[in-house]
Amino acid sequence: MDFRLTDDQIALQTGLRELLEGRFGPERLRAAVAGAGSGADDDGLPLWSELSDAGLFSLRKPERSGQREGGLGLGLAEAVLAFEEVGRALVPGPLVATELATVHASLPPHRAAGLCRRQPAGRGPLLVERLPALAVLLLPDTLTGEVRSLSPSALRARGRRGVDPLTPLWEVQGPVPDGEPLPGVDAGRLWAEGTLLTAALQVGLAGRAVATAVGYAKQREQFGQPIGAFQAVQHLCADMLARTEPARAAVRAAAVGADAGVPTAELSVEIAGAKLLADQAAVRGARDCLQVHGGMGFTWEADVHLLLKRAWVYEGSFARTPESAEVLAEGLSVAGLGHGAGHGVGHL
Amino acid sequence: MDLQDTPAEAEFRRGLRDWLGKVLPDVPSPPDPLDWPARRVHDTAWQRRLYDAGYAGVHWPREAGGQGATPAEYLIFLEETERAGAPYVGANFVGLLHAGPTIAAEGTPEQRRRWLPGILSGAEVWCQGFSEPGAGSDLAALRTRAVRDGDDYVVTGSKLWTSHAEVADWCELLVRTDATAPRHRGISWLVLPMDAPGVTVRPLRTLIGTTEFAELFLDEVRVPVANRVGAENDGWRVTMVTLSFERGTAFAGEVVACRRALAELAGLARRNGAWEDSGLRRSLGVLSARFGALWRLVQWNVSEAQGGGVPGPGASVFKLCFSEARQELYDLAAAVLGSGALVLADGADGADGADGAGDDWTAQRLQGLSYTIAAGTSQIQRNIVAQRVLGLPKPGRA
Repeated sequence: MDFRLTDDQIALQTGLRELLEGRFGPERLRAAVAGAGSGADDDGLPLWSELSDAGLFSLRKPERSGQREGGLGLGLAEAVLAFEEVGRALVPGPLVATELATVHASLPPHRAAGLCRRQPAGRGPLLVERLPALAVLLLPDTLTGEVRSLSPSALRARGRRGVDPLTPLWEVQGPVPDGEPLPGVDAGRLWAEGTLLTAALQVGLAGRAVATAVGYAKQREQFGQPIGAFQAVQHLCADMLARTEPARAAVRAAAVGADAGVPTAELSVEIAGAKLLADQAAVRGARDCLQVHGGMGFTWEADVHLLLKRAWVYEGSFARTPESAEVLAEGLSVAGLGHGAGHGVGHL
Repeated sequence: MDLQDTPAEAEFRRGLRDWLGKVLPDVPSPPDPLDWPARRVHDTAWQRRLYDAGYAGVHWPREAGGQGATPAEYLIFLEETERAGAPYVGANFVGLLHAGPTIAAEGTPEQRRRWLPGILSGAEVWCQGFSEPGAGSDLAALRTRAVRDGDDYVVTGSKLWTSHAEVADWCELLVRTDATAPRHRGISWLVLPMDAPGVTVRPLRTLIGTTEFAELFLDEVRVPVANRVGAENDGWRVTMVTLSFERGTAFAGEVVACRRALAELAGLARRNGAWEDSGLRRSLGVLSARFGALWRLVQWNVSEAQGGGVPGPGASVFKLCFSEARQELYDLAAAVLGSGALVLADGADGADGADGAGDDWTAQRLQGLSYTIAAGTSQIQRNIVAQRVLGLPKPGRA
């Protein structure tokens, strides 16, 4: 066992972080927000071609030397590390669906894909992110296990203002057409991978929330000292980290398990746990970050609101908390409990 | 990132499993928790078995009589023994996990020869005399005085929360040897023989109603200077050295135990119908995610320690999360038991008696109240995370 990152994994992580800091720093983020909703840039996906060229979407595609569309042949372990970085940088767009379509449906480079699953009743309207910018829409049916693909133009939809300014949404009107079957792709697996990659985005975002809150708490002074010297503020920040790091460990371990061929039942429980904890870490972390910023946190220009709004978007993407909690509960099997004695023994 | 056993680790796990499978059927069931002498016998007998089989002090260095196992192998030891339901370290806790490692790291060759073998074989039991009525979270405020008189220190003061004091042979004792020095620089680390004249042990009744801890009163107790480990007034540093022995494994066995207890609780909920309550069922699922992630965090911390680095994102993050998750487990147990949570076991129906009532979940819930207090309160852990991990300024030092 060695759960530390390998040198190659560290290189991947730092390389991507540096690329994103250079290309999608605070200025570019603000410019994207300012451009959003103006009508001019609604279809534009900032950074898409660069990320595609950097291999973000084709990390897990098998290598095929000499062929144009070969990937890097890496695993989910590398993919979650990369998605942590993209989540941290607040890069907008259908990142996860595009990765899945690149790996499983041969989506060509520089294109974007979407994904939608039929909504059970009582879950609100069926929304698709950036519909006009998509080349293809994946339709996983987790009941039959089948995945179908659909041309986005076949959907009737109307544009809505998304709560996250960088996640414009289209509300699907009427029934979703059947589309074409995508042979050889399992819907359950697709959904699980998408859930895990979304959890990785949340972990990255949660880490940014901690760093942003701590940075502000060190610099903002009240009562003659940095507010970060007050335990009330310190404990908020400590709790943010204490939610983020277990979630990070869970996300990475689930990815390692998936690459190592852990059985599906066990893996789905791990992924459900990873997503649930990552959602909590990101959503609560972003709220605490906003709280640490005080009145500034409530303003448009402080950027903190972008963290929270994006965390809400990811929380609603792929497996949501109630679904994950049910998977986890089901995983608490009654079999193989071993001895009854000895649990919870305390010591000083 | 690799979570699979190396060939050496797999071999260690296999050997340990085989051995546990052979010896555990012969291990007597645990004694009455109120019978301290019987508990000592039970716990030290298990330690003797480990010693004879070459599993004593798995994580201790070889030159100290241990097995020199890697942190990952020690984690396997904790995982497998807990999973198999082997006896808990119990009365050997302070000796094996604290006093012994301290002597191994800081003691003279003579001190190591004198005390380490007895700890490893289970012949001698240790207790800890650190906290005092006026020195809890702020341990460096301790006031128990040791005054040099010839070849002895004369020690006077009182200690609190001393578990196993009733049956201990030795006590690792922190005393103040220089009242004028800055607080952390006037402390020394002594080995106190518990049968020395002037030592009084008074059991302390906890809110569970049992006597888990004791108070220790020291009235001009003579302790040989030769029993001091490390230099005079260097006791604070000596104490901290021990922490490096944990190498990310603290509470690892307890995480395994909690995961098993949660599965048992889910089984109980399925049987008594509480499972139909979707809110409760999902809360059990969420807790399962937390324990699962905490196990991964342990693996991460151990991996970092194995590589010689700082244990992962910090032992404090783990301790903070685990203490709270552990308490939540027993709160959820109370929700599953319903009114049964108001009933304590009375021996009539035994721990495995009628579903719910008479089980020991409620006693565990009471015990659990200590988890956010013992070994560093959750508030202190948050201070440590904020100040040492996140680098926020110390209060009042603007």
